[in-house]
Amino acid sequence: MLAFIARRLGQSVLVMLVVAFIAFMVFRYVGDPVSSMLGQDSNMADHEALRERLGLNEPFYVQFYHFVVNALQGQFGISYRLQQPVTQLIMERLPATIELAVASSLIAVVVGVVLGIYTALRPRAISTAVIMTLSLVGVSLPTFLIGIGLIYIFAVELQVLPSFGRGQVVNLGWWRTGLLTESGLRSLILPAITLSLFQLTLIMRLVRAEMLEVLRTDYVRFARARGLSQRAINFGHALKNTMVPVITITGLQLGSVIAFAIITETVFQWPGVGSLFVNSVAVVDVPVMAAYLVFVALVFVVINLIVDILYFIVDPRLRDGAKTGR
Amino acid sequence: MHTSLTRIAAALVASTMLAGVANAETIRWARSSDALTLDPHSQNQGVTHTFAHHIYETLLGRDNDGNLTPRLATEWALKEGDDTVWVFKLREGVKFHDGADFTAEDVVFSLDRARSEGSNMKQLHAEVASVTAVDDLTVEIQMVGPSPLYPNNVTNTFIMDKTWSETNDLQDVQDFGAGETNYAVLNTNGTGPYSLTSREVDVQSVLTAFDGWWGEAPAVTEIVYLPIADNATRVAALLSGDVDIVQDVPVQDIERLQNTAGFKVETGPENRIIYFGYKFGEEPLKSSNITDSNPINNPLVREAMELALDRVAIQQVVMRGNSIPAGVATPPFVNGWTEELDAFPAPDVEKAKALLAEAGYPDGFSITLDTPNNRYVNDEAISTAFVGMLGQIGIQVTLASRPVAEHSPVILANESDFYLLGWGVPTFDSAYIFNDLVHSKTDTHGTYNVGLYSNPELDEKIISLGTETDFDKRNATIAEIWEVVKADRVLLPVHNQVLAYAMRDGITLPVQPENQPNMTTVVFE
Repeated sequence: MLAFIARRLGQSVLVMLVVAFIAFMVFRYVGDPVSSMLGQDSNMADHEALRERLGLNEPFYVQFYHFVVNALQGQFGISYRLQQPVTQLIMERLPATIELAVASSLIAVVVGVVLGIYTALRPRAISTAVIMTLSLVGVSLPTFLIGIGLIYIFAVELQVLPSFGRGQVVNLGWWRTGLLTESGLRSLILPAITLSLFQLTLIMRLVRAEMLEVLRTDYVRFARARGLSQRAINFGHALKNTMVPVITITGLQLGSVIAFAIITETVFQWPGVGSLFVNSVAVVDVPVMAAYLVFVALVFVVINLIVDILYFIVDPRLRDGAKTGR
Repeated sequence: MHTSLTRIAAALVASTMLAGVANAETIRWARSSDALTLDPHSQNQGVTHTFAHHIYETLLGRDNDGNLTPRLATEWALKEGDDTVWVFKLREGVKFHDGADFTAEDVVFSLDRARSEGSNMKQLHAEVASVTAVDDLTVEIQMVGPSPLYPNNVTNTFIMDKTWSETNDLQDVQDFGAGETNYAVLNTNGTGPYSLTSREVDVQSVLTAFDGWWGEAPAVTEIVYLPIADNATRVAALLSGDVDIVQDVPVQDIERLQNTAGFKVETGPENRIIYFGYKFGEEPLKSSNITDSNPINNPLVREAMELALDRVAIQQVVMRGNSIPAGVATPPFVNGWTEELDAFPAPDVEKAKALLAEAGYPDGFSITLDTPNNRYVNDEAISTAFVGMLGQIGIQVTLASRPVAEHSPVILANESDFYLLGWGVPTFDSAYIFNDLVHSKTDTHGTYNVGLYSNPELDEKIISLGTETDFDKRNATIAEIWEVVKADRVLLPVHNQVLAYAMRDGITLPVQPENQPNMTTVVFE
């Protein structure tokens, strides 16, 4: 087990370096921070002077080297746009994103698994057909459209939920939470639903397919032949074996939820790292963009690692394989 | 379940109504982006200035017609017998938010800070040689030479408290390169009508009326400032009652909001011109199929392109009526603008084709048009429309559309053959336009003259504007320059932008031509 984790850690470091390199290279081509920083009144001499001050005239490898050395110490420089340390900016916004991501994942997993089981156990019911059709709509509508649609229905027309923002927040040390106030919770509802829809559908379809598959296997038939109750078969035997791929997908989706909450955060003006990133792209705030990409890569790497370890625990075949040195 | 939902809804409606009555003086004000910083000299950017104007004050202000008005200075004049010195008389009895008195020393400190190396305001004070306090309420500014229009340059330069700044180590504007941040980025101490109560960058800032302000107490006693980046969300926030005033209203929503009961839209011209620019010089264009010469350098071709441009169609179709077609590359507020200059020819496809043929391009030519797609109102749509219009006279245009962050570097590197840009004129004087758009490109002038137009005779006249103190003579020179610029078709103006602020019924916020609305001007009904 230790050897396995060590090997995966090594791979992770390599991935991080590659991502940092790509992030850094790409951002050299997205635009020029200097013209957005200086504005209309500046002259060419000012542009040159600022470029020099920011170190943009140095060769690429020197800039990359400084970037990596600083990043290792958790330093990503000062945001060009907001003039505050990037690490601090990201840490301040992280709670908002995490709360949104966890809430939406919870909705997705709970509702997704329940609906998945339901539709698998009642493959021919009309309700199943309705759910499956609706889920197709859920997958094919773009996130921003769903978000705007929910805002118009619940905020503009019915006026029962806030149209944007995070509501009242409470500081618990460095964690700023919206979960403890009424307005905070109400603000969470629409964005969490918006963000959960895609994964919800994914999980539901996956659970359904796996479950149908498992229900057709021999050991389920034998279990039925032995006279076990329907409940014991469905939940004790079938569901347990359905969960391995579901854990993988949920884990990976949690990563992409944190990483790609961007659209939902923008639509709902949710003050998380995703909207920070979008605002930074518009003015080529390279330090924030690079730090964000590295951060997202880190999230993915860590989650993948955890998923692999969970696999190890859930699936005995992998464990045996490791023991025999496979 | 159903009953409880209804009850919650009823309770909510009741609570918002109550809040509406109890806090009638609070204005929740949403716009598309946040102020970049609270350090008043570190960014020269409209959104940042607009926010700062509520906390800090400037020596002079500007009314909604663009005229200079007294603010921290009550009188300003050239020193008798010396036209290189400006004298500002300061307002008496002004206090900073922390209680300190406002004096001439604060002005000296602030102007020196604003023209220091790290300041983005320094360009506007380039002609200042030194600033001195004569007494507590008089400041003299020694210019490098005669600078008749210098008071126009101080309307966005904010005055900080010297003692407070020194206590918090703010003598210098923040140095990005050194990775520094400073106290003033998040903290303030101004003399303005509002003081900062809380600030959460990109989320919400709260301003409270300062009861020690020298002016008449404003009707709005609290401002909740809410940046909402997404257009649809911003409008939805207004419609749902979550905000009271929305700035940066998307053009496509103006009409709908005007027709929605309970809401209204204030519109007015903005001090910003939208224009197309060309590459001059004999060298062949990079993006054209004509490889032995530059077709645009031929005045006949430029005339043909102007005749292809249907400004009225762009106003009606692309801008849905929300623009003012223009024949000269300056907004009407600006000194030098005349109705005569602003006249433009009706589109004439036949004549344009004939001109192209006469110029030696009977089959037209191809060219690339560079346009931003997120900077000006409907910028990409304007360019797309012009591409179609040029197609009618045989000029095949490829549209290269980019976010402004990518558009600007291409433009500034003189790499564009044909481009769209917008230009605001904060000094309200034509010299500002000539300096950057018409003067030959050098280290200090012609920064956005990226088509590299060059006319040494004009350069000389433009430079003379900076030091000419005889206003009649100066205005005559401005008229002469505009005549050449217009006849030469150096720039192809399209229209002036129109600003729109949307708000709920019961409040009125007038449009400010520099898009710097002031919450002290809000009127409740």
